[in-house]
Amino acid sequence: METRQQRKAAAQGAGPGDPRSPASLLEGTDRETLLNYYYQMVLIRYFEEKAGEMYTRARIGGYCHLNLGEEATVVGFCAGLEADDYVYTNYREHGYAICRGISPAVVMAELFGKKTGCSRGRGGSMHLFDLKRRFMGGYGIVGGQLPLAVGAAFALAYRGAREIVACQMGDGTTNGGPFHESLNLAKLYRLPVVFLIVNNQYGMGTRVDQGSAVPDLYRKACAYDMRSERVDGTDLLAVLEAVRTAARIAREEREPSLIEAVSYRFRGHSVVDPDRYRPEDEVRRWRERDPILLYATRLKEAGLMDEATRQELETRAQQEVEEAVRFAEESEFPSVEELYDFVYAGEGGR
Amino acid sequence: MALRPMTMIEALNNALALELERDERVVLLGQDIGLNGGVFRVTDQLQRRFGERRVFDTPLAESAIIGTSVGMAVYGLRPIAEIQFAGFLFLGMSQLVTQAARMRFRSGGAFSCPLVVRSPYGGGVRTPELHSDSLEGVFLQTPGLKVVIPSNPYDAKGLLAAAVADPDPVLFLENIKLYRSFRQETPEEYYTVPLGKAKTVQAGDDVSVFAYGAMVPVALEAARQAQQELGISVEVIDLRTVWPLDEEAIVSSVEKTGRAVVVHEAPRAGGIGAEVTALINERCLYSLLKPVARVTGYDTPYPVPGVEDYYLPTPAKVLAALRQVMEP
Repeated sequence: METRQQRKAAAQGAGPGDPRSPASLLEGTDRETLLNYYYQMVLIRYFEEKAGEMYTRARIGGYCHLNLGEEATVVGFCAGLEADDYVYTNYREHGYAICRGISPAVVMAELFGKKTGCSRGRGGSMHLFDLKRRFMGGYGIVGGQLPLAVGAAFALAYRGAREIVACQMGDGTTNGGPFHESLNLAKLYRLPVVFLIVNNQYGMGTRVDQGSAVPDLYRKACAYDMRSERVDGTDLLAVLEAVRTAARIAREEREPSLIEAVSYRFRGHSVVDPDRYRPEDEVRRWRERDPILLYATRLKEAGLMDEATRQELETRAQQEVEEAVRFAEESEFPSVEELYDFVYAGEGGR
Repeated sequence: MALRPMTMIEALNNALALELERDERVVLLGQDIGLNGGVFRVTDQLQRRFGERRVFDTPLAESAIIGTSVGMAVYGLRPIAEIQFAGFLFLGMSQLVTQAARMRFRSGGAFSCPLVVRSPYGGGVRTPELHSDSLEGVFLQTPGLKVVIPSNPYDAKGLLAAAVADPDPVLFLENIKLYRSFRQETPEEYYTVPLGKAKTVQAGDDVSVFAYGAMVPVALEAARQAQQELGISVEVIDLRTVWPLDEEAIVSSVEKTGRAVVVHEAPRAGGIGAEVTALINERCLYSLLKPVARVTGYDTPYPVPGVEDYYLPTPAKVLAALRQVMEP
């Protein structure tokens, strides 16, 4: 079912340089909330820059995928949900975890592999979990989170709960089997789930149109008669509105949705990716549409944020990140005696 | 307890019905398990009795079946998923190995995945590969997952109940040949048979035979013939939970007898037999009087029906192995 938004998006496209709607801020949203969105975006920016630095300084091992450039999508997505909704994401999830209320210190400690991390140092960058905050995990396997999100949505519907499940994924995921199986089941069983594709336009080093026969990814929902929409992922409020609407429909009508947020990552796929596959010119053009700058401009134009306030928020974010690094540095690694813990239930995990 | 002679199918059906009665969190899902009752009718009449909300059909998509079950289990339901044949588990293996089995570990104990995946396995019924495969060995290197294989109706019912109650994901493999091969007096009421515990089916002094699933009756028949023909006393141990193994049961039996034979229909290399043998080497080598013998399937895909009688272990092959380990 093609929605009005789909037709609009298809007519306009959502690439750089497209005509933008005049800067309008969310009606009925107070200044404090709008400024907090800005704070969260900046916090993610500093956190991720610091995570990249800590990775190159060998404080963080394994692989490390950053949300840099995707901050509007991350914050908009999380802000469109209610606090008790359940969130599943892929492995590019540090920002989502922070936005859902896991402290940056505990996330950084997990990246460092420390015991004080949100997964006790067992998950690492790609597997952040926090049951209390209903953050159901980042998942290292592309598409791994989708069937799980559908299962959780099934369980919610089974119990008649009012919460919903929101499931984030990357563009590359839409070419794999779990995407299609999951959308099919979500629609077939009418489950309260919102799927969000963060189309950052490259699945690792492969451009979307080289990996997907249908590069307008939101259109894939039509195979499952699912409502879908494409939004500008550099526009925080556009993402927020789309997610909020989809969440309401999931909650009230038990109808799943697919949202595609067209975004761009400022760095490579992971910190170690030399990023040779993207034309410099393209990267430069997208960096000019830095979602943080775009949002700052809108806040300033609306008279909601002056330069002093901006400075103050950024300084606070920087301090929070510095504190997170200090906490991670000072925390302990799990000991080798704990190797078998959590393999199975019970003492010693075996 | 009220006893009734049941086949393994009936015992499993009875166990599933009790789970659905006992616990609102239990749901059954799989391909054609509703009206059809599943390919082997293990879920026969359950949808009629408990409704489509509790017992429902899924698309032909194993990855989706197991993956959504993981999500349900992590959220707090107790899903029991049926995979039509063990050979089809490969399609859902990613969800089982990369998600279900690791959920507890990678979340540092915050999340668990109390999921049961049931699947018929094993040969001897003239079905081709993918419909006769024994895959337990494939899952040995999946820490976090338990693998359970019953050999009789009583254990099948009690082990399935224990698997549902277990806080970790369990792969529950049901031997196709045993489904209807005999009846056994089985209680109508709820009971459990503990996971992780082997059972001494027949005590003996001279040699230990370790088997599970359809190989238990094969081992027992070989033990009977060995008693008659060789005059030896054979201890037959049904492993029941093949991963993690009941190490103490294996070691204490071998320490007593000094000789061991492992029997399974799965391929030979890297299987349960290899693991049991390695365990014996590590823990009680100096009790051994002869090298451990393995009687297994072969390292090939499951063969066509015309040669499966040769492929599968038989009492005669086990007897030959017993002769071999009994040589002075």
